[in-house]
Amino acid sequence: MTDAQATTCPSSHREMTLETLADFPEGREVLTCIQCGMCAGTCPYGDVMDYPPRRIISMMRAGMLEKVFSSDSLLACVACYACMAKCPRGIQLTEVLLPLVKEQVFARLPELPAELHKALGNTLRYGNPMAESAKKRAAWVKTADVPIRILPEDPRPVDVLWFVECQNSYYPRGQDISRATARLFHRLGIDFAILGNEEKCAGECARLLGETGLFDTLMDYNMAVFQNYQFNRIVTSGAHAYDAFKYQYSAVGFKYPMEHTTPFFARYLEPLRPLLTRKLNYKVTYHDSCCLGRHNGFYEEPRDLLRAIPGVKLVEMPHNRISAICCGGGGGGMWLDTYYKAKGYERLSERRVKEAVTTGADVLAVSCPYEVSRFEDALKVMGHDKKMVVRDVTELLAEAMEV
Amino acid sequence: MSGKIWVVAEQWRGKLSEITFESLALGREVADGLGVPLQAVLLGHNVKNLAGALGLADSVIYIDHPALAEPDAGSQADALAQLVRQHKPHALLVPLTNVSLGIGTLLAEQVGAPVVNFCKDLRVVDGRLEADCVLYGGKIEATVTAKGDPAVIGLSPGSRPPDKGRSEKKPPVEEVAVTLPDQPVIKLKAYLEPDAGDVDITQQDVLVAVGRGIQSKENLALAEELAGALGGALCGSRPVIDQGWLPLSRQVGKSGVSVKPRLYLALGISGAPEHIEGMKDAPLIVAVNSDPQAPIFNVAHYGIVADAMDMIPTLKETVQALRG
Amino acid sequence: MNILVLMRMVPDVVEELEIAPDGKGLDTEYLRMIVNESDDHALEQALILKERRGGKVTVLALDAPDVDDVLFSAVAKGADRVLKIEGGDGGLTTRAAAGVFAKVIDSQSDLKSVDVVLTGVQAIDDLDALVAPILSRRLGLPYLGIVTKVTLDESGKAVTAVREFSAGVRGEFEVPLPAVLGIQAAEKPPRYVPVAKVRAAMKSHKIESVGAPTTADAGLPLIEVMRMRKPEVSSHAQMLDGAPEEISKKLAGIFTERGLL
Repeated sequence: MTDAQATTCPSSHREMTLETLADFPEGREVLTCIQCGMCAGTCPYGDVMDYPPRRIISMMRAGMLEKVFSSDSLLACVACYACMAKCPRGIQLTEVLLPLVKEQVFARLPELPAELHKALGNTLRYGNPMAESAKKRAAWVKTADVPIRILPEDPRPVDVLWFVECQNSYYPRGQDISRATARLFHRLGIDFAILGNEEKCAGECARLLGETGLFDTLMDYNMAVFQNYQFNRIVTSGAHAYDAFKYQYSAVGFKYPMEHTTPFFARYLEPLRPLLTRKLNYKVTYHDSCCLGRHNGFYEEPRDLLRAIPGVKLVEMPHNRISAICCGGGGGGMWLDTYYKAKGYERLSERRVKEAVTTGADVLAVSCPYEVSRFEDALKVMGHDKKMVVRDVTELLAEAMEV
Repeated sequence: MSGKIWVVAEQWRGKLSEITFESLALGREVADGLGVPLQAVLLGHNVKNLAGALGLADSVIYIDHPALAEPDAGSQADALAQLVRQHKPHALLVPLTNVSLGIGTLLAEQVGAPVVNFCKDLRVVDGRLEADCVLYGGKIEATVTAKGDPAVIGLSPGSRPPDKGRSEKKPPVEEVAVTLPDQPVIKLKAYLEPDAGDVDITQQDVLVAVGRGIQSKENLALAEELAGALGGALCGSRPVIDQGWLPLSRQVGKSGVSVKPRLYLALGISGAPEHIEGMKDAPLIVAVNSDPQAPIFNVAHYGIVADAMDMIPTLKETVQALRG
Repeated sequence: MNILVLMRMVPDVVEELEIAPDGKGLDTEYLRMIVNESDDHALEQALILKERRGGKVTVLALDAPDVDDVLFSAVAKGADRVLKIEGGDGGLTTRAAAGVFAKVIDSQSDLKSVDVVLTGVQAIDDLDALVAPILSRRLGLPYLGIVTKVTLDESGKAVTAVREFSAGVRGEFEVPLPAVLGIQAAEKPPRYVPVAKVRAAMKSHKIESVGAPTTADAGLPLIEVMRMRKPEVSSHAQMLDGAPEEISKKLAGIFTERGLL
């Protein structure tokens, strides 16, 4: 069993701009677009997206990018990777092209929607979008029923640095997931620790939205904190944090082996299986998160984990794996619900929940921190919250472990 | 200790504000504690008729001048400064409200007096005035004394029940002249009334109040349904109105209205003093807030630590079921 | 239009406030400072005025932790000049701070000659004064507070300012210039400025330094804080526990008891 190595990725696309695309391999890739329109067709907000990638590229070729920059339509992009996954040319749309374009849109917006404005300001100031004090980030640890080492208090070398992430530190449901994750680490005998109050948002959603300055500030900060401690590898509960570390942080020298908790625990399935002794008798449908699924291909790992739980019956939604429907939280979407509603857009989380409910499942299983609150909210709003609950995969695993 | 206690009355558009009576109640206690007279100071133009309501004071000083017809902090402070230099009171209670904001500091600067703002209580200890003041949005209380007199006490609303400041007695009224320009330098051009044709929340028996914790405009619809189920209306704290989710007429607090419904259900409202001021007298206050430390729980009769959005649907269902 | 904006830092109440060992002030060890919210609105109103009628926005701030970020953000938002008053005592009360502002403005002809001074109407630590009225008296300028809208008149010699009263009523005032306005809220919420723009402002601009006055205002402080404390929380409310369903039933019972249902 070998640990996954972080993909060292070229940091070239940090220096690349829309003007210098031709000087970089990822940029030249963009220019190979055949204008097929798969991106626009697969975009969950395709009906309101004035500038899907196809049109952006054609406007670029026509020297008319200014028009794209002065439209606010790209605020509807939730960075779900659907366009990128379906592009026949394999262009890194979500990863490379869209953030460059959104950076320009962002700089020209006369006014930011209020909730987004606050979330970004809070992230810069407090290291989390919730306007909670950084000093309260590790407060949840007191409520965990297993010991959790906090590196700033006990800086001895550790095997796994567990990067918990904002939602799972501050929100009550996120803290449920963190407690479950800690129990799993503990029962598997893994030597782990957290950064506690020194941890700050990894910044990926700010980057995807176009606030690259905020992303850079957070990346510089987090990297400096990592370098203060000794650990073998990083495991994160944050799906977006995973992407940030894997694809962006190499620009500041990040070389640590790094995984997301779901594929991590999937690699520990053999020692984990005998611990899953409680029969759960749930019909479960698994929602593929955009980052773990489409972007990184971790489709089977969460399903393997779920199938290992006694009594769990897995059913699939019509849109699964590569065609899963995003919860709508990425790329700033987490803080734009009011804005979308004002524009009359359907909430993606409600669209997804409608589909989930048709499977007859009791449990909607997820593996990205945004999804819990978004789907629980959607279930409540649509009146299905008695029929179906939302659980993170780690919560189900912990539930299946008798203490 | 010689020197009177003065209560600067607040009148606006022909009516005395409730804080005037709160201030009289508090001023009476303090004056009696010091063994000195309590005087009410009434500023305005053609409002002598209002002086009769200030009978809890031993006497009223009335200043009539056209420049005082509408609130103008500069003119009011100028007038008070002339009075202060002449009569040398020991302390003045000046309302810290939207109508009167600024008068206290302008006056204090003119006569070189100390200012004590955010005062919610005053008492006499060893012949000195001690003020309890609320700072940092309600998170800290300080006990403060003034060095020198007159002490200009910036009085926050809610220090005493206004009814304690009312009296049947008719006080003697002394009309005093001051020198002011005919008109204030800053001229009122017009009053802008709030949007008409909307619900008057000051007349409701039940108010469901929403704050930042309601998170988004869509959630408002659910809160409105709850208000309807309870037979009441929706109102909000300033942030909700600032967002444009509710009109100005629904704003409760310092820049909005004061309400005294039989039930005030505060959802996702933290309880900053500016809001508390507008609803603290409601006989039944129930507050829902996810922060156990939220100051709203200091004024609420019942408190629930929860996300407002978790409570609204369930409460609505329960109430609707009861109503049948 | 030549506009001067005064900005101050106040304790950030998102952080837990602690009392100092002497029981008379805040413990400064974990204190974080944040710009006074209504000063931020004053800056926004100034920028709106500049965008509409041209002119110059100068920001003057007292030195305090993290004030540089605020000043560079102001530049990134469009302020022309930012100045920091350095070398004085820290932890000034509002009265003392206002006095420092007044002395500095009085001593610099380019600051003294502005058309309007905008600052926040109030701050959470205004125990012993409000800034705008003090400035008004010291500079001999008219004062209007609780302002939510400012429009320069055609003549350029006055502004029409909207000020809040209560019960949703506002008043429209004509204010001759120069004047001091206490801003409650700008016409729009303070604009967002991308972090990259602030970082760029840090490279392209300098914060000018102004020396604090050598003579403090006579007689200050005029008040004494005898003790400071954190209020007992939840001392009034009876807390109801349980799941939303249980709590809802309890509440419904209370409402029925009171004749509300």
